[in-house]
Amino acid sequence: MTDLSKPYDVLVVGGGNAALCAAISAREAGASVLILEHAPKAFRGGNSRHTRNLRTMHQAPTATLTEAYLEEEYWEDLRRVTGGETNEELARLTIRSTADALPWMEEHGVCFQPSLSGTLSLSRTNAFFLGGGKALVNAYYLTAERMGIDILYDTEVTHLALEDGEIRSATITCRGFPETVRARTVVAASGGFQANIGWLRRYWGEAADNFLIRGTSYAQGKILADLSEQGVMTAGDPKQCHAVAIDARAPKMDGGIVTRLDCVPFSIVVNRNAQRFYDEGEDFWPKRYAIWGRLVAQQEAQIGYSIIDAKCIELFMPSVFPPVKADTIAELAVKLGLEPGALEKTVADYNEAVRPGTFDHRVLDDCRTDGLSPPKTHWARRIDTPPFYGYPLRPGITFTYLGVKVDERARVMLSDGRPTANLFAAGEIMAGNILGRGYLAGIGMAIGTVFGLIAGREAAKHAHN
Amino acid sequence: MRTTDSLLEARRELEICNACRYCEGFCAVFPAMELRRVFNNGDLSYLANLCHNCRGCYYACQYAPPHEFGINMPRTFAELRAETYEEYAWPGFLAGAFRRNGAVIAILTALCLAGVLIAAALFQSPAVLFGSHAGPGAFYAVIPHGVMVAVAGVTGLFALFALLVGFIRFWSDIGGRAGDFFRPAPLARALGDILTLRNLGEEHGCNDQDEAFSSLRRRFHHALFYGFLACFASTATATFYEYGLSMISPFHLFSLPVVLGTVGGIGIVVGCAGMLWLKMASDQAPGARRLLGGDVAFVLLLALSSVSGLTLLALRGTSGMGITLALHLGFVLTLFLSLPYSKFVHAIYRAGALLRYALERRS
Ligand SMILES: Cc1cc2nc3c(=O)[nH]c(=O)nc-3n(C[C@H](O)[C@H](O)[C@H](O)COP(=O)(O)OP(=O)(O)OC[C@H]3O[C@@H](n4cnc5c(N)ncnc54)[C@H](O)[C@@H]3O)c2cc1C
Ligand code: SF4
Ligand code: SF4
Repeated sequence: MTDLSKPYDVLVVGGGNAALCAAISAREAGASVLILEHAPKAFRGGNSRHTRNLRTMHQAPTATLTEAYLEEEYWEDLRRVTGGETNEELARLTIRSTADALPWMEEHGVCFQPSLSGTLSLSRTNAFFLGGGKALVNAYYLTAERMGIDILYDTEVTHLALEDGEIRSATITCRGFPETVRARTVVAASGGFQANIGWLRRYWGEAADNFLIRGTSYAQGKILADLSEQGVMTAGDPKQCHAVAIDARAPKMDGGIVTRLDCVPFSIVVNRNAQRFYDEGEDFWPKRYAIWGRLVAQQEAQIGYSIIDAKCIELFMPSVFPPVKADTIAELAVKLGLEPGALEKTVADYNEAVRPGTFDHRVLDDCRTDGLSPPKTHWARRIDTPPFYGYPLRPGITFTYLGVKVDERARVMLSDGRPTANLFAAGEIMAGNILGRGYLAGIGMAIGTVFGLIAGREAAKHAHN
Repeated sequence: MRTTDSLLEARRELEICNACRYCEGFCAVFPAMELRRVFNNGDLSYLANLCHNCRGCYYACQYAPPHEFGINMPRTFAELRAETYEEYAWPGFLAGAFRRNGAVIAILTALCLAGVLIAAALFQSPAVLFGSHAGPGAFYAVIPHGVMVAVAGVTGLFALFALLVGFIRFWSDIGGRAGDFFRPAPLARALGDILTLRNLGEEHGCNDQDEAFSSLRRRFHHALFYGFLACFASTATATFYEYGLSMISPFHLFSLPVVLGTVGGIGIVVGCAGMLWLKMASDQAPGARRLLGGDVAFVLLLALSSVSGLTLLALRGTSGMGITLALHLGFVLTLFLSLPYSKFVHAIYRAGALLRYALERRS
């Protein structure tokens, strides 16, 4: 039984990948550990539950990874996507540590598999979890239970009392009842604040009401806000978030991976006025999907419509919701709630501008428009073969970038530049140190795992001193 | 396959899975799913029968209940599977036996036991029934050879024929052709899948009790399966001894039929006990409650056939032999009669689905 009156060595806030890695590594270093997870057991595991892989450095091929992926290349990839908005020291520490993280993960119950169909381009750089992130989270919870880590679900940490650079106690709500917990050290691993629409509204205004949140609804950022109010230094741009265009029919929260749509490069995308607004064929979809969330967010009512014809319907991964289907463009417009005349004109203008070319979805082909604004620079084919299909799009927020500043020992920094004495952070709540902008597939789990291990180890060490 | 609620539910869930695919490392169902964008009724019957119920995809699913997508593939497939058994059953009017399968098998067992015992009491004097017999022909002193052969032959052939018709219906429904059975490489691959239970978590184990991986279920199933084969081999060699070598049972303790039967019987008992224990001890959430009765009845019937057979071996020199023999034959008769209308049919449809999968992988 969990006894909240005795002080624990390490208190872990959150129940996702970073929290679990921290808890297990602290326990392995001999500490008594308590995990407090806001979600009920069925929804435990935060955004980590929705993941499928982790980007990992490796010197040679492994059972599930091909070739090699070395530190320099990994670092180059990260530097490029962030445009330099990263902390090189912490980034390289993360990259180097992923090599050892993989065997650690396997020792603690995580199984890997060859990369998923549809993501073969990642088979060299990313290790895929057998069954995805929920299977990983399940494995860690089992390991944690077997190691004697105490776990409370349905338990929100509402306040960490910070005095003289030290956390003195935690205020929690355990299954509705308020409690105070004391611990020698605390690891904050409570994720981002993307599910807090009120907070998003500060930067996006009313538009935020139309955002869909791809992951957990428990990412409310309460601890992040609480700590920054108490003088903890932050890292990352508060306005930045990873936003992709997803199916507008997705659930408001927790829709996860299936709501993604891969039809955009083969389509034209129009807004509520049936007007195009960006080059749909600028580059391969994996390189472009993350800008479309923002593009749709900038449109009126934060909605877009991707329109294709029968030629393209089998070129991309099946969608979770069936497309809206019609025999004419006008009928499709009516079904999508668009002005038929306007959509007919947009499609006609586009068809008119399409130049002949050799269509090939595997390369940046020569099918493009001429004299159209905005242009479509690849995979442009006339939309002329019924039936026609439409998918509604909305911005889907994956996670926010604002976090607390940490050092290489995962210690949370105060705004005067000193480290806190007994507060550590791991995962999305500190990812902004390394990922100031952009996104690299599999980096979220890499940061969470590496900093989780560091935070747990350091917290255990501090608790023993 | 006709359209039913379970079938529509399977289609709904698979359309979500096909946009996700996180589970593709678990079993053959997901790679087979990925070959399709639409799932017609035959495809769904195929996929449901391809599912080995390892439950990996339930625990790994971020959309499992209470998530609003409510994905529970093992349960949905199990319910659909039971309906496919009904769909293909021959003769059609017996399909209903799958609906309250537990009760049907229990009643059939009672009837067969009663029938054999009453017949033995009517046609055999108590002195013979309760006397002790030794030497060749001891069994036939209690139940005449001709009767045994006639009953086993008729019921066995009927069961075989019914199973064959069911299989042919299934095979054509899922798009198979007769020529498929003459392609050695897929046949070998499917046979390998069957003999190793590759899809029941050969590499990592499966979620036989809860979210932890374990290989217990696969091991128990192996004990049961190979035990069953050994018993079958025992019967076959015994028949050969009697007709080919003109030896008359009971055979010596260390003779091939007795050794095979004993080892097989023990395998079946161990396998059945393990499977039953897992059924009871495991998390029920990914299970199909209403199918539990039929599953348990079939496993119990198998176990009782073996236990009575082993008891017969132990008591064969004593005055208890007669009645034990009658009981054993009663259980075996029930087993024969219920083969086409019990959980047993999963074996032929699973085998068919694995062959279909092996064929698909090659093309
Ligand atoms: C659909 C989707 C797919 C993704 N795929 C990948 C991928 O393939 N690879 C990859 O690297 N990254 C991926 N990501 C990003 C990845 O999910 C995150 O980077 C990573 O999971 C962060 O882990 P974490 O432990 O920091 O946060 P989370 O896993 O979100 O965990 C935060 C935890 O804190 C709990 N919590 C929050 N506030 C409190 C509080 N006040 N008190 C108590 N508990 C609290 C939450 O309930 C939750 O359990 C994906 C994200 C999404 C949404
Ligand atoms: S069972 Fe769930 S996690 Fe697995 S493929 Fe289907 S939707 Fe995805
Ligand atoms: S229960 Fe197991 S065998 Fe069945 S579909 Fe799911 S993973 Fe495959």
